[in-house]
Amino acid sequence: MAYDKFTTLKSTCIPLPIENVDTDQIIPARFLKATKRKGFGLNLFRDWRYNSDNSLKKDFVLNNPTFKGRILIGGKNFGSGSSREHAAWSIYDYGFRCVISSFFADIFSANCLNIGVLPVQVSENFLNTIFENIYDNPDIEILVDLPNQSVSIPELSLNESFIINEYKKNNMLNGYDDIDYLIGMKNSITDFASKTPL
Amino acid sequence: MSSTLFDKVWDSHIVSKITNGPDVLFIDRHMIHEVTSPVAFLGLKNRGIKVLYPEKTFATADHNTPTINQHLPVQDELSANQLKVLEENSKEHGISYWGLGHEKNGIVHVVGPEYGITQPGATIVCGDSHTSTHGAFGAIAFGIGTSEVEMVLSTQCVIQPKPKKMRININGSLEKGVTPKDVALYIISKLSTAGATGYFVEYSGDVFSQMSMEGRMTVCNLSIEMGARGGMIAPDKKTFEYIKDKEFTPKAEKWDKAMRYWKTLKTDPNAFFDKEISFNSNDITPMITYGTNPGMGMGILNDIPKVENQNSASKSYLKSLNYMNYSEGESMLGKQIDFVFLGSCTNGRIEDFRDFAKIIKGRKKANNVTAWLVPGSHQVEKAIKEEGILDTLKESGFELREPGCSACLAMNDDKIPKGKYAVSTSNRNFEGRQGPGSRTILASPLVAAAAAVTGKITDPRTLF
Repeated sequence: MAYDKFTTLKSTCIPLPIENVDTDQIIPARFLKATKRKGFGLNLFRDWRYNSDNSLKKDFVLNNPTFKGRILIGGKNFGSGSSREHAAWSIYDYGFRCVISSFFADIFSANCLNIGVLPVQVSENFLNTIFENIYDNPDIEILVDLPNQSVSIPELSLNESFIINEYKKNNMLNGYDDIDYLIGMKNSITDFASKTPL
Repeated sequence: MSSTLFDKVWDSHIVSKITNGPDVLFIDRHMIHEVTSPVAFLGLKNRGIKVLYPEKTFATADHNTPTINQHLPVQDELSANQLKVLEENSKEHGISYWGLGHEKNGIVHVVGPEYGITQPGATIVCGDSHTSTHGAFGAIAFGIGTSEVEMVLSTQCVIQPKPKKMRININGSLEKGVTPKDVALYIISKLSTAGATGYFVEYSGDVFSQMSMEGRMTVCNLSIEMGARGGMIAPDKKTFEYIKDKEFTPKAEKWDKAMRYWKTLKTDPNAFFDKEISFNSNDITPMITYGTNPGMGMGILNDIPKVENQNSASKSYLKSLNYMNYSEGESMLGKQIDFVFLGSCTNGRIEDFRDFAKIIKGRKKANNVTAWLVPGSHQVEKAIKEEGILDTLKESGFELREPGCSACLAMNDDKIPKGKYAVSTSNRNFEGRQGPGSRTILASPLVAAAAAVTGKITDPRTLF
């Protein structure tokens, strides 16, 4: 099932300079009861975003009109914890297409790539530079350029390159999906299966 | 060429290598539950395809299930629906379904090994990060997202880059009162929750070979909490004894043939690891966590580290202590607690209940404590009754609940209320993990038992 293609994205950003943002913060387990992939953005960062009476927590960045955009900037070790793809779905459904951090948890970043959200890992220094510049000027834009594997702040001529494996890059650029790829090699899979002991 | 245990299992499951990309890995065993599978089945429906090998997938209901009155209909409408959808999907595709009320129902990572679905040398996945548990048997087992669940249902494969390899060695023996949970929490406290990200871990040394299979499962279960995709331990005599004659393990000549292969599943001398770490068994004491990630743990007699003494950025660290309402430099001993939770895929096995019973025997549950004791499966529940542990629990004022994930993740009715402290044998102390505003203190079943009878954080070694 193809998803949105990703080539370049130029956008203002939402800063979340907290380390170890885990998947239970991104979307708490009590909101995982749906059987369809719909509406998860409503509960993105639920307990940081809303009080228990469902009123908005004014000091949380998603409730601050100063910051908006399609890129989420997170602190080190973003997405640790559970394998729930709902975390990536909620980020996508809220409107983000890219998350930038200095370090991602494995399963979270794989889940993002599988649904068309680009996880971009930058150096600790560059991450801090991004945070500082967003706080100085919330309207500043970041450019994420997948074909050239670079992330930059064009206004300040600052940039850094990032790593992504060729296969996943090609999938993102073309909106291809792993399942189509696997279905395409079904014969070699069934052949392999016939030789496995289990 | 010398290979590691991990290399041997991984490499033998590669269907093809994508140029400059990941491997297409064949999956022997797939476990599913109600939370992370429905959208995957929907994907199959949209593509108009069926499950390729339904006999390789096993379904159990655990995350949403209540742990009392399981014979009655599930009250929560959304939970009931999710459970119903799992049952319908399993039936439609011919997948074994162990739903609520089924004798084999229980937590996915407890029942898999109990029935021999988990075997050495196998690749095992499930849409749940604690799938790493099954690595205790020398399997490669890891958690996957829902897109990958769909891949496995439709093609029995996942596309994964081969992780780097790490070996963690601990030789010597553990002191009395130090359990496998403490070993794991100790390692995570040293490595941090991101210390093994990108790696697959092999645990090696006396401490792990002396451990029971239950203990090995606890250790491998917690591999994900240091960021590792999974952890594994080479199979040995204990492994083979545990799985022999289980429903899904090979029998007769097939067993002999399997054994010949399984005995080769160990790391060769001089095999390459990207990272190798050793710890001293004597440094490990009963552990306890004080913060909001599993890396924020310490020996129970230690003081909460001061902000200048730890690496995590100070703002995040202080946010975490603030959430717990604890201060740097203070001791955890004697702190009041409100709840005790014994259970989960981490510590919901028979050995955990034996440990708990050892401490509470002849004592009474503290009045200020609400205790939820939840077996991981009906087999565990049965053993608790047969071994007389239930009588001990009752004499001390405890009740036993029915199997399920329970208070580990606040998805079912078992939620810790806002602001309350729970000493929990589960795996994550994230903010709100056990209920919005709840405060989790991770520990072993022994520490949980000591807290249950004293109403506060207590070193279990003082109660032997």
